Amino acid sequence: MNLTIREALLTFRRAPLLSALSVTTIAFSLFVVGLFGLVAVNLQDALRGVAERVEIVAYLLPGTPIETITLAEKDIEAFPEVQSAVYVSEDSALTRARGELVEFRDVLQELERNPLPASIELKLRPRFRDAQHVNEVADRLRGFGFVDDVRFGRDWVEKLDRLRQVAAAVGLVVGAAFAVVAIIIIGTTIRMAVLQRSREIAIMRLVGATDGFIRRPFLLQGAIKGLLGGLVAMGLAYGAYTLINRWLIQAAFFSKEQAVAIVGFGTLIGLFGSAASVGRHLRRV
Amino acid sequence: MIKFTNVFKAFPKGGLALKDVSFHIAKGEFVFLTGHSGAGKSTVLKLVFAEEPVTSGEVRVSGFNVAELRRKDVPMLRRRLGIVFQDFRLLEDRSAEENVAFALEVTGARRSTIPARVMRVLTQVGLAAKAQAYPRELSGGEQQRVAIARALVNEPTVLLADEPTGNLDERATRGVFQLLRDINASGTAVLMATHDLDLVRQAPYRVIELQEGALVYDSVVDEPRDQAASP
Ligand SMILES: Nc1ncnc2c1ncn2[C@@H]1O[C@H](COP(=O)(O)OP(=O)(O)O)[C@@H](O)[C@H]1O
Ligand SMILES: [Mg+2]
Repeated sequence: MNLTIREALLTFRRAPLLSALSVTTIAFSLFVVGLFGLVAVNLQDALRGVAERVEIVAYLLPGTPIETITLAEKDIEAFPEVQSAVYVSEDSALTRARGELVEFRDVLQELERNPLPASIELKLRPRFRDAQHVNEVADRLRGFGFVDDVRFGRDWVEKLDRLRQVAAAVGLVVGAAFAVVAIIIIGTTIRMAVLQRSREIAIMRLVGATDGFIRRPFLLQGAIKGLLGGLVAMGLAYGAYTLINRWLIQAAFFSKEQAVAIVGFGTLIGLFGSAASVGRHLRRV
Repeated sequence: MIKFTNVFKAFPKGGLALKDVSFHIAKGEFVFLTGHSGAGKSTVLKLVFAEEPVTSGEVRVSGFNVAELRRKDVPMLRRRLGIVFQDFRLLEDRSAEENVAFALEVTGARRSTIPARVMRVLTQVGLAAKAQAYPRELSGGEQQRVAIARALVNEPTVLLADEPTGNLDERATRGVFQLLRDINASGTAVLMATHDLDLVRQAPYRVIELQEGALVYDSVVDEPRDQAASP
């Protein structure tokens, strides 16, 4: 077997406790990052679900000719922000009302004249579902002569905006904090592994081993620890997710790509943590 | 082979450890480096194997200009040297043969050649029978023989020995010294730092003496003295 690989693996046998400690600390720091990620993923999902319902309704003046409306609908659909624009005629508004407002069916049934206006209902593309764009589109709609009124949940869109900003800021700060903590912990455990082997490193240098040769087993070892830590963290996160799902709320888990990214992140942390530790050690001797 | 020309060495904290030291050691020579504790013997050796930077002057070691050696070339220099110390510096969790093999493995020797080369040097130092023993199972003299085997296994042109008998009793000292003489007889130059003057008197070798960092005596250029006279 290649000496680098053998040396890297030997560490796990020579210092099983220290290795287990490193893997566990990496696993727990990544687990915390992961839990936070899960909350973020679910919050994102929830926000997206809520944003789904961001809708702008343009009520039309009675008697607007259908040709004008059809043309306008085309125009509106061509707005870059708009995902769909659907014309709801006076009649279908009434039909819908009858279907949705069951309690008032009788009243609605007996009406002589349809009091409901026709409208165009707009849905925006996902990335435009915020207060600024909603307002812009609403203003543009008011510019059409036959538009009587434009409605959207203004307060609600603004709240959604604020919620998004808070979620992003908190996610960034807490996520970064835990990532930094994870890097420090991993750097420290690798540093202990380096110190534990400082005699060996000194002898390697004495007999003429190159720095690269000395460094390699530690890098591999760090990467393996990071990888194992990432996998354990992912397992723990999945356990937590299963529990939450069963007892608390329906939640989402990471996508396959996100899971791979987190494990890869663990591996990178292990790699860079050990590179930093070994590098510092070699520079001093 | 080893050539010091007007070498000065100052440590960051501490005075001058070497003051204007010049000497030339030829291929295959055996040279004692003597002097009281703190005279600068270890410092001379550290400059030879580039453990410490040269403050000024020129140090040449088997074709390497050590004073100007870049860090990445240091391993190449060390592969030409064998180095042993007073405290053996063996790895406790490896057997004698593993300690020796280590020097080959980490310098990229062909794996298939390692066992034979290891056995050959262990035989040379008289420890073939204890190849599987761990350092704690060996006497001081035997541990030093393992260290010497490790130093020899890369076939160095020079063996540097810093007080190699400093931790040994008289009997083991004689054995290890004889081994160094044998190694020298087979063509390897030996530069041995020691303050054991009994040992120095035992053999007709060249003596370089340091005093407070200055070279005060070199038996090749100076008149022979009683102290270092050959028997
Ligand atoms: N790393 C160091 N830093 C400062 N001073 C040192 C260092 N190493 C050695 N010295 C000083 O250099 C002088 C020579 O030391 P050394 O070469 O070890 O002597 P010797 O081996 O002859 O006993 C001593 O005065 C010692 O204190
Ligand atoms: Mg000394």
